[in-house]
Amino acid sequence: MTSTIELIQVSKSFGKKNVLKAINIKVDAGQIFGLIGPSGSGKTTLVKIIVGMDQPSTGQVQVLNTQVPNLKLLQSIGYMAQADALYNDLTGQENLAFFASLYKLSKEVKKERIAYAANLVELTPHLSKKVLNYSGGMKRRLSLAIALIHDPQILILDEPTVGIDPELRKSIWAEIVRLKSEGKTILITTHVMDEAEKCDQLAMVRDGEIISNGSPATLKSHYNINSLEEVFLKAGGEKDENNRIS
Amino acid sequence: MRTIALVKRVCIQMVRDKRTLALMMVAPLVILTLLHFLISSDPNTPRLGVNGAEESLIDELKEKELKVIQFDQLKSPNQLIKVKDLDGVLQMEGDQLNLTLTNDDPSKAKLLQTKVMQAISTVNAKEQATNLAHFVEDIAQQQPNAPINLNQIKMPEMSTSYIYGNSETTFFDQLSPILVGFFVFFFVFLISGIGLLRERTTGTLDRLMATPIQRKDIVFGYLIGYGLFAIIQTIIVVFYATKVLDIMLIGSLWNVILINLALALVALLLGILLSAFANSEFQMMQFIPIAIVPQVFFAGILPFEGMPDWMQIVAKFMPMYYGGNALVDVMYKGFGLNDIKNELFVLLGFALIFIVLNIVALKKYRKI
Ligand SMILES: Nc1ncnc2c1ncn2[C@@H]1O[C@H](COP(=O)(O)OP(=O)(O)O)[C@@H](O)[C@H]1O
Ligand SMILES: [Mg+2]
Repeated sequence: MTSTIELIQVSKSFGKKNVLKAINIKVDAGQIFGLIGPSGSGKTTLVKIIVGMDQPSTGQVQVLNTQVPNLKLLQSIGYMAQADALYNDLTGQENLAFFASLYKLSKEVKKERIAYAANLVELTPHLSKKVLNYSGGMKRRLSLAIALIHDPQILILDEPTVGIDPELRKSIWAEIVRLKSEGKTILITTHVMDEAEKCDQLAMVRDGEIISNGSPATLKSHYNINSLEEVFLKAGGEKDENNRIS
Repeated sequence: MRTIALVKRVCIQMVRDKRTLALMMVAPLVILTLLHFLISSDPNTPRLGVNGAEESLIDELKEKELKVIQFDQLKSPNQLIKVKDLDGVLQMEGDQLNLTLTNDDPSKAKLLQTKVMQAISTVNAKEQATNLAHFVEDIAQQQPNAPINLNQIKMPEMSTSYIYGNSETTFFDQLSPILVGFFVFFFVFLISGIGLLRERTTGTLDRLMATPIQRKDIVFGYLIGYGLFAIIQTIIVVFYATKVLDIMLIGSLWNVILINLALALVALLLGILLSAFANSEFQMMQFIPIAIVPQVFFAGILPFEGMPDWMQIVAKFMPMYYGGNALVDVMYKGFGLNDIKNELFVLLGFALIFIVLNIVALKKYRKI
């Protein structure tokens, strides 16, 4: 079966700084794929390259068997940025409507999707408020709703649950799992280990390199450890040793 | 379709931002009004102190719209000027006339000097005429038989006619077309530039690149969105200037609006283009002295012919040079559309180039 997202030897440098080093990733359709790593490890850079908002210095990115960047492809990708990029002087409703009209949606579908997405993130009662008056958590939720607005085949979520209270986080994860059951592919970045447990596949990123990948269970059995946190530390440690030897 | 979504959004944001709206619509009117009253108000008549001059000269000076104040004795002119708030003092010492000018306002001093010289030469001419008449009489008495045909020289009547403007024309009449264009240019530049800049700094422009919007959709969305407000602003400013301030408008009002719209278009595109090179509102303001203020100098306020060659070349790259000339042509000289079409085409050319540059500049965000 062909992969939904495939990165082949993707490297990225900003000036002299190598932020990503020869990354290979395959994400199969219908999976929740987690990119886990400390902040500054290159996760955001990686997902931006997948969406096509940034160019890799070398290497190739294919999404749905199409070379990135591609405008048509963006119709099938829902992206939630790490930093909320919202129009503060517009209401939640207007933000949703604006982004919805950037996708090819009929009027009825648009209305339906706005209601659905707002309800999902529990923002329906706040839709007529200006985003200016939203709390940090509400802004995150609105960003997530915008990512879902056009019912995309692929969801790329950059640290979606940061600043969201545990209860809502739980309901968001329930929704992610439900979306997966609909056959959607989800790529999620996080630095929280317990979220990593919920992914089907994981790639651990450190300093722009993938230090380990596989399902949470495989990773744990491979290192013979029960917590992913320790896997991360151990995989990182081995890497360091290898580096020292080579 | 996506462009329309962007236009709608820009409009909502603009209407909500009352301050910016007021800046765009009202500020040009306030500045124009102030300048109108400042520049077109009559300069007050120069005050001249006079000491020891003959009666004929004083009469002549009074003819010249000068406030003449006579002093019987004079200590020091400097002292007198300060105490009596004079613009100059004229003293007769023997055969010598001394004029002391305050010169705190050089243009007023020049005017005063010219008037005094004119008065003196008029008096001289009159004296000469009387002397001549006496001379002729004397000769006639001594040689009664000789026919003397000395025709009195008739002073030629002079009437002045004006190709542009009339005797009432003030500096403001020539300046105001340029100012109208400049304010449209300036405010449209600032507001559209900061509009797109905000989109950059809040990350929403980056976020847009994750949607299927095309770079040209963004440029045209901004162009049409802010363009609508620029049109409203242009119409308000032009109507206010011509109907309320009664600025001289000889040509067609529609041509004035047309030129201003072309200027607004260029300003809008220049604004969003330069915003690509600014990281904050303050950096956007830094473009004003570099990209905007010099435009005024080349817009026709300073005489173009007097500029050094290289400056004349620089002027050709300034949109306001074409806009200012076209506006003076229509408003002050009454030229028609046919006379200004070249200027309009050049402005549209600027706009076209800026559109392309804007679309290219957005490549920084997404290659396609
Ligand atoms: N536009 C950029 N220019 C220069 N350096 C950048 C840029 N974007 C990211 N970086 C650097 O790349 C590294 C990875 O950043 P990022 O992808 O945001 O990491 P993460 O999302 O894992 O926290 C960081 O060291 C960051 O400073
Ligand atoms: Mg990040």
